[in-house]
Formats: sequence, C-alpha cells, structure tokens
Amino acid sequence: MSGLDAIRETMRRDRVFDFMLDKTLPAVDVSHTVLLYVEGLSVSFDGFKALNNLNLYIDDGELRCLIGANGAGKTTLMDVITGKTRPDEGTVYFGQTHDLLNKSEADIAELGIGRKFQKPTVFEQLTVFENLELALRMDKGIFSNILYTLQSHQADLIASVIDTVGLREQIFQQAGALSHGQKQWLEIGMLLVSEPRLLLVDEPVAGMTAQETESTAELLTSLAGDRTVVVVEHDMAFVRSIARDVTVLHQGSVLAEGTMDEVQNNPEVIEVYLGEAP
Amino acid sequence: MLASKGGNIFLILLLAGTAFAAVGNLLVPPESAMHVDTYTITLLGKYLSFALLAMAVDVVWGYCGILSLGHGAFFALGGYGMGMYLMRQIGDRGVYGNPDLPDFMVFLNWSELPWFWQGFDQFWFAFIMILFVPGFLAFVFGWLAFRSRVTGVYLSIMTQALTYALMLAFFRNEMGFGGNNGLTDFKELLGFDLQADSTRVGLLVCTALTLAIAYLVSQFILSSKAGRVIQAIRDSESRVRFVGYKTENYKIWLFVYSAVLAALAGALYVPQVGIINPGEFSPLNSIEIVVWVAVGGRGLLYGAILGALLVNFAKTQFTGILPEAWLFALGALFVVVTVFLPKGVVGLLSMFARLKKKPEDPDTQSGAGSDGTANSTQGVAT
Repeated sequence: MSGLDAIRETMRRDRVFDFMLDKTLPAVDVSHTVLLYVEGLSVSFDGFKALNNLNLYIDDGELRCLIGANGAGKTTLMDVITGKTRPDEGTVYFGQTHDLLNKSEADIAELGIGRKFQKPTVFEQLTVFENLELALRMDKGIFSNILYTLQSHQADLIASVIDTVGLREQIFQQAGALSHGQKQWLEIGMLLVSEPRLLLVDEPVAGMTAQETESTAELLTSLAGDRTVVVVEHDMAFVRSIARDVTVLHQGSVLAEGTMDEVQNNPEVIEVYLGEAP
Repeated sequence: MLASKGGNIFLILLLAGTAFAAVGNLLVPPESAMHVDTYTITLLGKYLSFALLAMAVDVVWGYCGILSLGHGAFFALGGYGMGMYLMRQIGDRGVYGNPDLPDFMVFLNWSELPWFWQGFDQFWFAFIMILFVPGFLAFVFGWLAFRSRVTGVYLSIMTQALTYALMLAFFRNEMGFGGNNGLTDFKELLGFDLQADSTRVGLLVCTALTLAIAYLVSQFILSSKAGRVIQAIRDSESRVRFVGYKTENYKIWLFVYSAVLAALAGALYVPQVGIINPGEFSPLNSIEIVVWVAVGGRGLLYGAILGALLVNFAKTQFTGILPEAWLFALGALFVVVTVFLPKGVVGLLSMFARLKKKPEDPDTQSGAGSDGTANSTQGVAT
C-alpha cells in the first residue's frame, strides 16, 4: 500500500512539478535596503583560515571600499560571493531571497553580480569588440547564441561603453595585443556592458597612470547610486578619493567599518594596517 | 561571412576534384591517360571520410581545447551501425545461406536475432541509430566529465579509456557484433552492388558532399557568437563562467556534435573499405587522428582536412614501400610538428606567404593568412 500512497502523494491535485516552475529568476528583493548579506563566513585552506566568521552588509547603491593587508581575505571573499570558492560555514544572500552559496558561477553572474579580477583577464584571441559582445547581458544558452545577431540597442550600448573606456581606436584589435592598462579598461568595459546590479572590482588601478587612476575614480563614483560597487584596493590615495564607507579586513574578519576618517583614526587599524603603511 | 577565402577555395577544389575523379572513372575509357581507376576512387573516398573525422576532432580540440584521444570510438560506432545494416542486406547470400541470421551468428549457434539487431534491415532506422548511439554516448560522457569539470590530461586519459573499453567489449563474441572478425562480406547498399564502379563513385560523391556540408555547418557554428564563446572557453574557461555562460553546456553539445560528425565519417568509411572490426576502437587509431589535425594545423577546419589527406597519402605510399618504418615516421612527424610547426602546415604556408608579401606592402598582413591557406589547398590537388 505504501507504493500507492507514494503515487497519491506524487500526484496530489495541487502538485506543481519542479520542471513546470517558471525558470526566470525572481527580481532581487532589496526592501530592507541591504543588497548583499554576508554572515558568519569562514573559509579555510589546509588549516589556514582565509576568512574567519566574517560579517558584512552592503547597502543597495553604495560604494564600499575593502582594504586590508595581503592575506586579509579580500580576494577570498570575492571568490565566495562569485561562486568560485565554497565556504566551510556561513551564509551569503543577494537581496532577501537569493542564496548565492547554492548557485553556480554562471547563475550568479546572471543574477547581476559582475567581477573584475585582480589580474586583468580578457579573452586574448578575440577582438575588443568581441570581448564586449560576449559580456552583454542576454540569453547565454548555446542554441540561442548560434543564431544570434547583434541588436541595435546592444550595438549602441557597446559603442557608448567603448567611448567610456577610451578604446575606440583599438576596437577591432586583438585583446591580447593591448597594454596592461588598456586590458584593465577593457575588463571594466566588459563589466559595464553586462549591466550588473553589484560590481566587485579587485584592484582596478594597478598598473594605471595617475590620470587613468583619476578617471577610474570618476567612473566608479558615477556608477554608485544606480549600481552597487565594492572596490578592493591597496592604493590609499585612490581609496580616499572615492570612498564614502570603508571596511577594513584583518586576518579574515572585519576589523573596522566607517568613513575614511573614522577608520584612519581607529587605533586598532593604525596598529595593524595603516601604521605599517609608509 | 560563412566561409573564409581559404575555405571557399577548399570547397571548390573538393567538389571539382570529386567531379573530375567521378567522370574520369565512369565516362573516360580505361585506355585513356585521364582514366581514374576504381582503386583510386575507393582510396579517395577513404581519405575524405578520414578528413571528416579529422575535422570532427578539430572542432573540439582546435576550437574548444578538449583533447579527445577517443574519437575513434565514435567513428567505429558509426561504422558498426552501417555495418549492421549492410550485414542484414546480405540476406540468404551468406556462406550458410540463412535468411534471418548473419553468418557469424549461425556459426555461434544462435537461434534468433538479438534485440539490438532488430530494425537494422531498414536503412532509415540504421541511419538514425548511426547518429543517435554515438551522439548519446558522447552526451552521457560529456555530461559526466564536463559537469564535474574534468579537463586537460585527465579528460584525454578518460576518452582513451572509453575507446579501449569499447574495443575490449567488441572483441567478445558474446557481444553479438562478430567478435574480432567484425562485420564484413557486404553485398549491397540500398540495392546498389557495392563492387560496382558506379556505386564506388556514388559513395565517393556522397562522402565529398557530406564533408562539404559538414564543413559549412561547422563554419557557421564556429563563426557565430556561440563559436566565439567556444574559443573563449578554450582560452580562459573560468572567466567565461564569470561572464555568465554555462560552459559545461557548450562543451557537452559541441562534443556531441563532433561525435556525430565522427560517426558519419565511420558510416561512410565502412561500405568503401568493406569491413568494420574492433581494431577501429584501438587507442592508437584515435591518437593518429590527433596527429593528422596537428600536422594540418589545428584551429582551422581546412587545416585538419589537409592534415588528414597529407598524412594518409604519406601512409599509403610509405606502407607500400617500407611497412615497418611507418609508425616511426608517424612518431617523428608528430615530434617535428609539435616542436617546429605549432600551427601545422597551414601555419607554415601562411608564414611563407607573409614573408613573401612583406617587402612590398606590409599593410596586407591580415590578408596573407588566407592567401597562404589558398596555396596549401592547391598543394593537395597537385
């Protein structure tokens, strides 16, 4: 009889099978103004605690800087948020409803979390234009991409982003032939065309000239509000020029949080981080 | 944008060469110097099915970086599908004259046709199975391997194990595929006598057309946006994931597509050589395919085709003159190509073309590549 019961249970009249459910992702719920919740996060590699019970809340539309010495866990935190590393403990929620820990890298990117890597990673065999085209926000399935042609609004978006990042002359050049700074810009451009809700930017100004650094600062500041930006950076002058709120990480947990001035005057921070800086 | 310049020239040469051979065999009298004998026709057909197989490997290896050392398995499965159909066409003309059972089953004292042989007396069914079985195997294999993110050497070893396991299985008589003798003694295909010149020419033309269509379809897929995603996966898979593409789906479907091409090549190969046996599953065969692609130039479809034609022509010549030395020559060729010609013969020719052009006008460098490949395809024809 248990078999019959199982069938009855399976065929319940109000049953909706998983494959019948709407596949489109529900909108990100930010009704409590917080976009990203990171709670109790711990990651260890062979006994080394890269993240140790870390708690972090990022509000919708804010521009937050993460600073910390090497090994403080900044990049590991980004790896966890983007799905590259699975944590030992803790939760990461995007808005109220999306648990990022059970999603793949691709799904997380589809939700609207874009990432710029520490080392510029662009597709070197493809041209600047093709790099941007790949990053467009659109259906990423294989069959729709075989028959895909560029839509005019997407072409406009690419054109405007190319002007923003100043690569108009290199548009049909192979990305592998670009200089280090240009690759950084191209990667930022790829972030922009993907129209993310949350941008995770890892050391955006490494290898940039003073002038380029300044325009990067301008760009990131202008993005905040519309989008949420989290910047990891070592360059304190740069951080000072853009940051409203700063979070200091130390040995895998949050050491201090607040405005740049508050953080700079925090005795603990002075001791572990800023005190060592020249 | 459908095909590059080199690709267009390749297509024209392929179809013109096939037409020339067909007319030379059927219409030109044997005394004439222009006559093409039937042996050459069969040889050409065999080369072209190998070319299709090489292109299948190039699609996954050259464009997506999946080094499959087991593509011989899909080729052989396609060949067995065709072989089973051809066996059923023998009917009561076999040695034992049994109208219902192939000879080897009578020999093994089997009383009835196993379930997996049912339906293979119908060409349409056999044709669907030729595409479906290798495609399904590739899908299952790809599903397991690519979703677990197995890459590089580990994947290559797994593909090698796949084809080796299939070889051992097909060697067993109980499998019901003729054991180590395989399937042979074919009589006719769709009612055409396999020994007739006209059938041989027809098979050559079919192979050439299949190769041409497969080339155009592959070119279309690889030059689409999906093709650029595939190349991006080759260069930096994790980055593609962070952009939001499910790379495993791309790899699975490309692998299935490639397996189906390989199976088609096998199905075209079997009626032309007249036999299929478990030796086709041998890991060595699969490695040889990779050598063809490397020699021709991976990452270019006509490079793989050129490589398959060149190496197999050399093999025919070499094994005629000095059979023992062939494997050494093949090994040496692979080493030389890997060390000195990372882009294969096509890369070498385009480099020559660039050097020759450079003094006159250095601005045409981008065009030089396609010119070089044009030379290379002409080289095959002469």
